[in-house]
This record gives sequence, C-alpha cells and structure tokens, in this order.
Amino acid sequence: MVHHHQFDALVVGAGGAGLMAALHASKTVKTAVISKLYPTRSHTGTAQGGISAALGNMEPDKWEWHAYDTVKGGDFLCDQDAVDIMCRDAIDAVIDLEHMGLPFDRTPDGKISQRRFGGHTNNDTKQAVQRACHAADRTGHMILQTLYQNCIKQKVQFFDEFQMIDLLVADGKCNGIVAVCLDTGELHVFHSKGTLLATGGFGKMWKVTSNAHSLTGDAPAAILRRHLPLEDMEFFQFHPTGVYKLGILLSEAARGEGAVFLNGKGERFMERYMPTLKDLAPRDICSRYIYKEIREGRGVDGKDYVYLDFRPEEINKYFAADGNPRRVTAEYMEQKLPDIIEFARVYQGVDPMTAPVPIQPTAHYAMGGIPTNNDAEVLADETGRLIEGLYAAGEVACVSVHGANRLGTNSLVDLVVFGKRGGIKMAEYCAKAAFREIDKAGAATYAQNQIDNLRKGDGTEEPSKIRKSLQIMMDDNVGVYRTGPGIQTAIDHIHELQERYKKVRVQDKGMRWNTDLMEVWELGALLDLAEVTAYSALARQESRGGHFREDFPKRDDANFLKHTFVWKNGKIEIKHKPVVITRFKPEERKY
Amino acid sequence: MNVRLKIKRFNPETDKKPYWKEYELDMEPKDRVLDALHEVKWTQDGTLSLRRSCAHGVCGSDAMRINGRNRLACKVFVDDEMKTGKGAIMIEPILGLPVIKDMIVDMEPFMAHYRAVMPFLVNDTEPGPRERLQSPQDRERFDDTTKCILCACCTTSCPSFWARGEYVGPAAIVQAHRFIFDTRDQAAEERLAVLNEPDGIWRCRTVFNCTEACPRGIQVTKAIGEVKEALRTGVIA
Repeated sequence: MVHHHQFDALVVGAGGAGLMAALHASKTVKTAVISKLYPTRSHTGTAQGGISAALGNMEPDKWEWHAYDTVKGGDFLCDQDAVDIMCRDAIDAVIDLEHMGLPFDRTPDGKISQRRFGGHTNNDTKQAVQRACHAADRTGHMILQTLYQNCIKQKVQFFDEFQMIDLLVADGKCNGIVAVCLDTGELHVFHSKGTLLATGGFGKMWKVTSNAHSLTGDAPAAILRRHLPLEDMEFFQFHPTGVYKLGILLSEAARGEGAVFLNGKGERFMERYMPTLKDLAPRDICSRYIYKEIREGRGVDGKDYVYLDFRPEEINKYFAADGNPRRVTAEYMEQKLPDIIEFARVYQGVDPMTAPVPIQPTAHYAMGGIPTNNDAEVLADETGRLIEGLYAAGEVACVSVHGANRLGTNSLVDLVVFGKRGGIKMAEYCAKAAFREIDKAGAATYAQNQIDNLRKGDGTEEPSKIRKSLQIMMDDNVGVYRTGPGIQTAIDHIHELQERYKKVRVQDKGMRWNTDLMEVWELGALLDLAEVTAYSALARQESRGGHFREDFPKRDDANFLKHTFVWKNGKIEIKHKPVVITRFKPEERKY
Repeated sequence: MNVRLKIKRFNPETDKKPYWKEYELDMEPKDRVLDALHEVKWTQDGTLSLRRSCAHGVCGSDAMRINGRNRLACKVFVDDEMKTGKGAIMIEPILGLPVIKDMIVDMEPFMAHYRAVMPFLVNDTEPGPRERLQSPQDRERFDDTTKCILCACCTTSCPSFWARGEYVGPAAIVQAHRFIFDTRDQAAEERLAVLNEPDGIWRCRTVFNCTEACPRGIQVTKAIGEVKEALRTGVIA
C-alpha cells in the first residue's frame, strides 16, 4: 500500500547541507527530513581536515583572499558572485557552528585553531595561509554530530531509512517526492510545497573512490528521469591521497601539517612543478602530477602509486629546506591527525610515523550536480528559469562555487552556507505558498513501476558484474586523464551495460529491508549519471581543473569558459550557461 | 585464501526463527569482513541484508558480532578473523536490540537512550559576535568522547544492557560525558539527574566490554567512571 504525508517543507538527505537546511526551515514551517541512512551516518561525517573561513585567528586573512583562491582553484569556472557569498558567509557560519557546540581545536588564547590547506593562500605573499578551522582530523564528523544534536534539541522530524525514488514535478513545479520505507518496503508519497535535495555525491561510479557505498546519486538520477538538467557533470575531483587500492581518504591536512609526496626515487616531485605551494597545490594539479610521475616510470617499484611522507623527522627536514622555522613531533601529529594515522595503520598496514604511506588518487567529489542559483533554488534550464518549490544544496548541487575543481575544506563551507540559505529561502516560500493539487492516486505510479519491474523481473544479469564493469571503465577512461576516443569507449560500454541492466537479476523478492533491490535501483541511477558524465566530458574539448583532456591539453577560454547543462530525454542534449565573472579575470594557474 | 563464514540468518517474511548458514569464499587475506559479506551478497545470496555505508570505520553502520565480539565489519580482516574463529568466521547481529532481518536490528531503543541524555550543547548566554573562548586544556578534557559514532558496539556488548534494555547504556553515557565536561555547557546537572535514575549509570558493573568493543578506541569505562565520580562528589572536574 502507498502511504501519504503532507509537509510544508521536505529535506531529502541528512548530511551537513540537509541538516543545516532542516534546522532553519523547521523554525518557521512544518518540515520533515527524509534520509536513507541514520543522519549521523551521512558522508559529511567522513570529512577530515577542516572548514575554511577567513577568521584570521592565526595570521592576517581576508574573505576576499579566500574568494580569489576558490576561483583560481576552480580554474575560473566558478560563478564569482556565488563564491563571494560563500567566502564572506563562511566566517559567520563557522562562528555559528561553534555556538551550536562544535568542539573546534583551540589556539593557546582559546580561539578556533586554523591550519594550512591546499590552494589557500595569503594573496600578498602567495604563501599558504592558515585558514582551515578544524577539530582534529574529524571536522566533518563534528559538524554532522553538532547539526544532528541541534536537530534533536529543536525536535526536527525525521524519516530515517527512507530512500527517495522519484520527484513529483508537474508544470515546472515540484510537489514533493516518493520514497521507499526500507523497513517495510512500502512506498510513501511526501506531498510538499517546498523540497530541498541534499543527497550528496555519486562517486560510486568509479572503482577507486573515497565515497561511501551509499553515494549513488539518487536525487540527481531522479532529476534526469524527470527531464531536468544537471550541470558541469564532467568535473569530478580526484583527490591525490587515497589509500592505495582502497581509495580511503587521507586528508590534505597531512600536507597542511607538513607532509610531502615522494616518487619511487624518493624525490619530492611537486617542487619541480609548483615551486611556491609545492605539495599544497590544489588537488587536481597534484593528482595529475602523481600520474605523470607514475607514467614516466617514477612510481614506487614501477607500480601505480607514490608515497605520502609524514614521518615527523622527515617533515622537519622539509621545513628546514624550505626555511620554515616550524618543527613537529610524533606526539603532535598523532594529536592533530589521529584518524588518518589510524587509517594507514589499519588499512595499509603502514605506520606513517615510521614509514611513508602508499597513495594513489581517488574519486572524491562532484563539482557538478543539480544546477541552482545563489539561494539554492533549482534551475530548469541554462537561462536561469526556476522550478518552483525545488531547492538543492551541498555536494548534490552545482551553484557553482567550485567551478572545475574544488579547494580542500570548501565542501564543508558550501554545505553550511548554502544549506542555510536554501533552508531559509524554502521556508519563506512555504510560508506564503499554497499546496498544489497532486494526483494522489497516481503520484507513486512511476516509482512503483520502477520497483515492481525490478522485484518481479526474472533477469539473469548479475548486478555486481555490471557495477564492477562500469567502475573499471570509468576509472580507465573518465578519470584523471581523458581522451576523446577513451571517453567514447566508455559511452559505448555504458550503453551496453544499460542494455544488460534491463535484464538485471534481483534475488530478494521480499518487502522488508530489501537491500538487494535497492542496490540494483542505485546501480540504475549510477549508470544514468555515468552516461551524462561521459557525454559532458566528451563535449568539453579543453582541459580545465579536474577535467583533463590529453587531446586538448590547454584551457580554452575562448570556447569553453562556460557551464555545461546536460539533459537525458531519450537522447543526450547539451547546452551552456555563461560563467559569472566579477573581480577576477581568468589567468594562468601558477602556484 | 579460503574463507568460511557462518552467518546467523533471519528473514522475517519467511523464517520463524534464526538459523546458521555457512558460506565458502575465496578472498584476499587483507579483505575486510565487510568485503566477504558483500561477496556473499553479490555472488551467492542477494537476500543477505546488512547496513553499511562509508566502509572505513567512520559512519558506524556495520556494527555486528564477529566471532563473539562487537566489531565494525569494515574494520576487521578476514585472515585475522579466520584465526580467531579457528577456521570459520561467526557473524551475527549485535545483541540486545530486536533483530529485523539478518544483521539489521531495530536501532530505535538505542537512539531513544541517546536522546534521553540531552545530547546537545545548552548555553543560554548571549555568545556575542565571535566564538566562545575555550582553552586547549578545557577542550582536551572531553576530546575522547567526541569521537563517538553511535554504532552501538559498546551498548550491545554490555551485560547490564542485555539484562535490562531500559538501561541507558554506555553510548548514551559517553554522549552525556561529552557535554558534561565541556566548559561551554550549562546543563550538566540535568544530565546527571537523568543518569542518576534507576535505569541510569549505576547499572554499570564496570565489566569493560564497552571499552573493548569501541571501534573508535574511546576509553568508555573511564568516561563512565568520571561521570560516576561527578555524581558521587557533585564536582565536575
């Protein structure tokens, strides 16, 4: 049976952006949060190193510098008006989090402690600046916990372990969602005036990824299926320091505290490429040079990895070589980076205090996603037309504040700033809008058909084989280095997999906690998202930020200083939207 | 390597009671138990049901009883567990919460205990435009208990909780500790009053199972001891 609910406002996803939106929306309108995980299990909780804000607690800093660094880090594809909002509001957002109870690390005089991070600089000296506010190396965990704690305090209503399947859209307006209750397997229609999507990323289309199993892009897939566009899908960040083979993230905070990359010959190769910021150059750049070293035979033992060296005595040598008076001890590193030191010990069997850690780039973050304006309102097309009642925030959204490459820490800044703006904007809308009529009997039909087809099917194609094949194909052809023919190979392969998916096997025919069925549904979402990612990558015949085309190795501002909008309406359609440029004219990225 | 799993299965739609089923797999020694469970699910029996998300010990979804000890399946390795289990890895749901399906238990009683201790900062004074100040020493005082990921490994390893599900349990006490010892918080007395109830902290018999079970390395029994001391002396130090 289908259950029906009515709320003024819905938030889908309970990571940082969703909880922030819920905290603000629920102050004034009847709000529900729908999440396929218990909120504290959301992927925000795995963010490690910090959240940037120009507090200036350690040394002079300005939000305008943060904005410039963000735009340059994004290879000038960021919308600069949105970046200004994010970097200016970051300061109050971090102070708000502290007031909500977040246990930031402290300076000796009791202020929020800050550290260096990739691409964050003093714009006058060009040197790395201490801007990342942190709670050891579990800053995301503390943000997620703090926001959830405040939701409990404020008695926010949750539907935990409900998974969104469909978006109710009619006449360009959004009227809610359809979700499966995982426990019962039954469908629930959530009728709303306003809906904010905050389901996070979709890195599971790659094999080596830092992303959780649950990051399958459920909301953006539903967007595509409702014939709405996604933006800048070709821009996906490959973080340089994933645990070799597993992809588990080792925070950039390690390099913020002084760690460096070493190739198989023991050379600190980043200083050859980026002489000023060296190992603290932005992520896209570090990942490309890691693979360049590997391709030129300087991986460790000729294999496809390099080292991240954060042995204290070695770091102190690098500091001395750089003329930096700072020195660290093992005790200090263990205090500042306890989790990632443990990850290396547990998952790599290496003690980073006594040996360098094997790392390789890992698929990490979607710069692209559901297009929004600066108030998290979702765009219907490249002209800026809105879908009334629909909002998106956090990684799932593309504002775009990250452009072609996100700077470290800015994901957390994005989700608190735009989660809040979206929550407030949605509440204002819900307070004055009326519920639109929906076809109650038919509302769940599209979702029901999707689920029934999977449950009742007698397919023979094993979903795990399709998934693995997709992931390997994306790693090989739509990864750090891309070529036109390689991307075309991926597209052809994805089409084959989509055909095989029509005969996919679901073994579990039950209703309750049918994770077999839900995983297969998620695989369908990933296939659709991989398809539009590959098509967007094929169309962008230039190299910018996280999108590097070996056949077009230069950035081409004359032809491609623009955002990609992609639709999947039977066939793929691509259009473009201009980039908002205010103070910062595009220039060559040197660090 | 050859890996044998003995999994306690239960499907509420088809089974009257749980039963054990064995699976044989070929795995790498440093594959995790979670990888082995996925291998079963993806190649042998899709009905096997479990929660999992981040797969590196941070989200807390895949707490289960592995060879009789509460562990996150993504944080233990098949070679180690094959040794511990003497040739087969025994996997069952965590104890003391109602089993819904296979490894999936009803977390709601656990979350209700968590909510009972007021797990949020209470401070009604006007904070001003900047951060509240706190010394590094004061911040360090409750650092250990900020690591909790609410996986329930501790609470569901506790004999007092098994005996009486109304007992608030170690995880909720850890959460209370995180706020009681935070110099910015003003609700310590209310939390202590909750923990002083008959189903509060005094049901702890200092068995240390919780500390042994915690995948985040939190000194749970020590934290409980500090809260008991605060109740005994009326001093939060």
